[in-house]
Amino acid sequence: MTEKKEEIRTGFYICHCGHNIGSVVDCPAVVEYVKGLPGIAVSRDYKYMCSDPGQELIAQDIREQKLNRIVVASCSPLLHEETFRKATSMGGLNPFYFQMVNIREHDSWVHTDKNAATEKAMDMARAAVARVRFHRALEKKKAPIHPDVLIVGAGIAGIHAALTLANAGKKVYLVEREPTIGGHMAMFDKTFPTLDCAACILTPKMSSVKNHPNITMWTYSEVTSVDGYVGNFTIKVRHKPRYIIEDLCVGCMACIDACVFKQKFEDEFNQGLSKRKPVYIPFPQATPQVVVIDPEQCLKLKTGKCKESCAEACDRKAIDFNQKETIEEIKVGTVIISTGFKSFDAKKLPQYGWGIYPNVYTALEIERLVNASGPTGGDVVMRDGKHPKRIGIIHCVGSRDESTNKWCSRVCCMYSLKLAHLLHEHSEAEIYNFYIDMRTPGKSYEEFYDRLLKEGVNFVRGRVAEITDWAMNKDEEDHLVIRVEDTLAGFVRRIPVDMVVLATGLEAREDAQDVRRLFNIGCGGEGFFMERHPKLAPVDTFTEGIFIAGACQGPKDIPDTVAQAGAAAAQCLALIDAGAIELEPNTAFIDEQSCSGCKSCISLCPYTAITFDAVKKKAVINEALCKGCGTCVGACPSSSIIQNLYEDDQIFTEIEEVLAHV
Amino acid sequence: MSEQFEPRIVAFFCTWCTYTAADLAGVSRLKYAPNIRVIRVMCSGRIDPQFILEAFAHGADGVLIGGCHPGDCHYIEGNYKCLRRAHLLKRVVQDMGIEKERFRLEWISAAEGDRVKTVVNDMVAQIKAIGPLRLPSRFKQWDAEMRELEATVNHTEEMTHASQA
Amino acid sequence: MPAKPKVALYWCASCGGCEESVVDLAEDILFVIENVDIVYWPVAMDFKKHDVVAMKDGSISACLVNGAIRTSEQEEMAKLLRQKSKLLIAYGSCAHTGGIPSLSNQFSREQILKYVYEECPSVDNPQKARPQVRLVENGRETTIPAFRNVVRALDQVVDVDYYIPGCPPTPKLLKQALLAILSGQLPEKGTVLAPDVALCEECPRKDSKPIDLAFTEFKRPHQILIDPEKCLLAQGIICMGPATRGGCEALCTKGNMPCTGCFGPTSRVRDQGAKILASICSNIAAKDDEGIQKTLEGIPDPVGTFYRYGLAQSLLRRRVDLGAEPTTEAR
Ligand SMILES: Cc1cc2nc3c(=O)[nH]c(=O)nc-3n(C[C@H](O)[C@H](O)[C@H](O)COP(=O)(O)OP(=O)(O)OC[C@H]3O[C@@H](n4cnc5c(N)ncnc54)[C@H](O)[C@@H]3O)c2cc1C
Ligand code: SF4
Ligand code: SF4
Ligand code: FES
Repeated sequence: MTEKKEEIRTGFYICHCGHNIGSVVDCPAVVEYVKGLPGIAVSRDYKYMCSDPGQELIAQDIREQKLNRIVVASCSPLLHEETFRKATSMGGLNPFYFQMVNIREHDSWVHTDKNAATEKAMDMARAAVARVRFHRALEKKKAPIHPDVLIVGAGIAGIHAALTLANAGKKVYLVEREPTIGGHMAMFDKTFPTLDCAACILTPKMSSVKNHPNITMWTYSEVTSVDGYVGNFTIKVRHKPRYIIEDLCVGCMACIDACVFKQKFEDEFNQGLSKRKPVYIPFPQATPQVVVIDPEQCLKLKTGKCKESCAEACDRKAIDFNQKETIEEIKVGTVIISTGFKSFDAKKLPQYGWGIYPNVYTALEIERLVNASGPTGGDVVMRDGKHPKRIGIIHCVGSRDESTNKWCSRVCCMYSLKLAHLLHEHSEAEIYNFYIDMRTPGKSYEEFYDRLLKEGVNFVRGRVAEITDWAMNKDEEDHLVIRVEDTLAGFVRRIPVDMVVLATGLEAREDAQDVRRLFNIGCGGEGFFMERHPKLAPVDTFTEGIFIAGACQGPKDIPDTVAQAGAAAAQCLALIDAGAIELEPNTAFIDEQSCSGCKSCISLCPYTAITFDAVKKKAVINEALCKGCGTCVGACPSSSIIQNLYEDDQIFTEIEEVLAHV
Repeated sequence: MSEQFEPRIVAFFCTWCTYTAADLAGVSRLKYAPNIRVIRVMCSGRIDPQFILEAFAHGADGVLIGGCHPGDCHYIEGNYKCLRRAHLLKRVVQDMGIEKERFRLEWISAAEGDRVKTVVNDMVAQIKAIGPLRLPSRFKQWDAEMRELEATVNHTEEMTHASQA
Repeated sequence: MPAKPKVALYWCASCGGCEESVVDLAEDILFVIENVDIVYWPVAMDFKKHDVVAMKDGSISACLVNGAIRTSEQEEMAKLLRQKSKLLIAYGSCAHTGGIPSLSNQFSREQILKYVYEECPSVDNPQKARPQVRLVENGRETTIPAFRNVVRALDQVVDVDYYIPGCPPTPKLLKQALLAILSGQLPEKGTVLAPDVALCEECPRKDSKPIDLAFTEFKRPHQILIDPEKCLLAQGIICMGPATRGGCEALCTKGNMPCTGCFGPTSRVRDQGAKILASICSNIAAKDDEGIQKTLEGIPDPVGTFYRYGLAQSLLRRRVDLGAEPTTEAR
């Protein structure tokens, strides 16, 4: 604080933000008020400060009026701090001689009393004007970006992002928890609205992933730890044992035939609609084409005693019962998280009878049932062995519902229409769709709905109250009855059907919170990963270098998922090609003269940036490791640590001035 | 200041959660009491107990700290350090005669814009009920006693001057 | 030969230790006497107030005032001495930061008087008589100084040029200060004439301090047998050293007792108690409310512990819910 005293010449700018600020905060009054504050050389208001002319205004004033401090009162610094710092440096001033006042998000948008809001704007402006005096010129550091990328989750989002990056020549690690890549899309027969076969469009992509020289595909693997920061992450990946040597297995499935068990275990991929053996391959196009042994079911792995006929049958000697999990460490510069969604658990709505009445199905079960490579080869045969003559599809199960999930799952209307079409096609049954509102906003989506109307599907508008097998008349006997208030007809109807399909909504994965913590990103209230900005940074997160794509960010269909995956890949490429990223210079440093070597700070740093210099007997901060949280600064008992941009004097001044009432 | 008492609340919000939540409250156009002045820090771990006392000493009627939920700190553990300090600071502040409603620590995640609204409104209502703190005017009132005797001192000084003459 | 610089010493609300510490200069006192003229030192030499009143303004080169300011007389003397001195120096913790007397800023004037004159177990005062500022008896009027509501540090009453910290200051610091005054080589006004680095720097136990304290419990000195070599914080004893200015030559920690903070904070700190609280609490091991609470049970009186010498100069100064009673009128 011993720099030679310069005359402070501050420029203050308040933005009307159209009417966003100007209609609540009396901007001209603030301008007048600020003119009276110490060190003010210029005080102006302007319609849109963030516009080019707004920025030029700052730059020009710096040059012409010899300003050496800039304060802008406008929106949140999280939105435009960078913009105005740039404007400040355009004028030839170090960009950190700038302070921003948030009078939109924190003032005009949240208050209605104009006087109070204007007073608040004045208080905050005064604090910023006083604070900015204490600012110093700072330099941004550059962190090099490691060119490799980690992608977590290999549904269509992860697959598409991986291929985009790999085709651009970047090395990608694609980590998938399941034994195969593909995610939900691999389960579908056809996809709306075009009704093209899911396998036909997905399988080629899956094999490109497998064969791409730039992609390291790790299935049956999970990320266990993440260290470092943008450009320089160290990731640990755990490979779960498949009990198969992946490189040797050719997917001939001789072992499966040879296994001593009958098919008696629930086939997860087919949603439990069929059985499989302890040694299995999830589905015919699974990638990689490598079997996997379930250790909970395999006799050898559970009890140690088995004929091991599978191993005998394998002429490539690919089976290895001694396989252990392994941990691999990789370095990457950027990460894309594309862990997708989970379907709403239909058991939570017992009135719909899933798990109670065998002929009530979830949509995912139907996806498998109508699938040519599904458990019945596409034959719509129910759990009781019969073919349905009448089918009811119930929309919004676990969506748009106060008692379960409030949000619209966005794809259910469309996939319900798709399933209506497919079920009718496969079974000739009469189809009823029960909807609250029909939501078909997408290219060719409304047209698809029209087509279904023409195909003779019945649509009943109303939220279904219950599914029951309690017959009130002869027609209802041996049927499931759907009780619903038909809000178009205006009365309660009972519609007997043979089969019910629940269009279950989309939710965040059970482990979304764990993944979020692992990667230090945020989740919204519904549990989906949170984007940095809903409009302007939809695939960024609050952690630099970590991006999100697909249904893990919120319910969406395949086209949107793929678009996001492409966007996330582009964001990674932008960083990689820039080669380095500029970091906020808000790191801390220890004043060697002042430090007593009390060591209070050392263990507080979560990044072990602080060490004890045994010769000088003082603490030192490694600037490269410091991420600028300021925890050590708050804790140093002799105030010997200084955090750039958050110096004690700067904050004390802000406190005092915010309270120095007019 | 004569009309209705409007509490002044200084808030320290961490950038990553609570400040963002306050931004979200704005974007969602939630309405809450205009009595709060937010000071942004990177992490609740940066919040020095001196800041809270400084705010009180300069006229805050209440001080609010907002950070990420335990386990969610952007810097892993900063909020635990904040929590530990707050525990003892609460005692100190109360031992010094400041009502406990005036100092509050809240974990508000970036998604909880509505909690910013509830917490601020709630705090403003509570502080309205207990009345102003306004230490600067209390300090002034305490120090008035020194003026009380100024007459005598002045008198002495007069004498001094007289004796010098 | 030019006249020797005039020096004055005065005490206000203090224990007398500061006065003694001047004598602790031992043979150096001779040097002092040789080089300065002591023009006022009520504790040791016979001067009266009117002697000071008679002096020319600014005629005293340096005046060392120890003790906090609690009474009207102390206020008055402080003002008088300020007027007469070129340099006014707050000497010792009480003048510097309020000292032990300012711990009474936790109580109201009434609570204090009531306790001292009525409730204290060693008091026998059946009429509950209290001293009166003005008493007329048999036609004769006596006055005594008024007892203020608030204990203040010297600079809360008059402008102070320098501070010599400590309870009491060490002879070494006093000598250095005197030499600086004599040579005229003084630092910027307002400086505390002691190193601006915390005590740990000079503490012989420093090397034994672990990097990770991870407190699970705190103990008070009488509760354990203190290891004379090991860092006191590492033994779970609250030591104010990390938040306290050094320069005392670590007398307490060398004497197997923790630092209690008498040198006040470093210049960069505004509230010593808040800073030791910050550093100690940050280093607690527990992460949950209950565990933290439990660990903190070992600090039963945080205000008395963290502000032992500095309550008057702390940011809050005094229990804020205490009012100010009139102090001069008779009851
Ligand atoms: C019944 C139904 C029918 C649908 N039909 C259509 C349709 O016809 N047309 C259409 O456009 N959309 C449809 N959708 C929507 C479509 O499923 C999604 O848009 C798409 O699957 C989203 O892809 P994703 O890659 O984001 O997620 P997912 O497909 O869920 O893939 C995520 C992948 O990440 C893996 N993973 C999860 N967590 C981890 C972890 N921690 N570590 C490693 N890997 C992990 C998962 O195993 C999975 O492979 C339908 C949805 C449903 C429920
Ligand atoms: S807490 Fe402060 S004084 Fe102690 S070692 Fe760290 S920097 Fe030095
Ligand atoms: S500011 Fe935070 S990250 Fe930097 S050294 Fe201090 S504790 Fe570590
Ligand atoms: S970043 Fe929010 S509390 Fe640490």
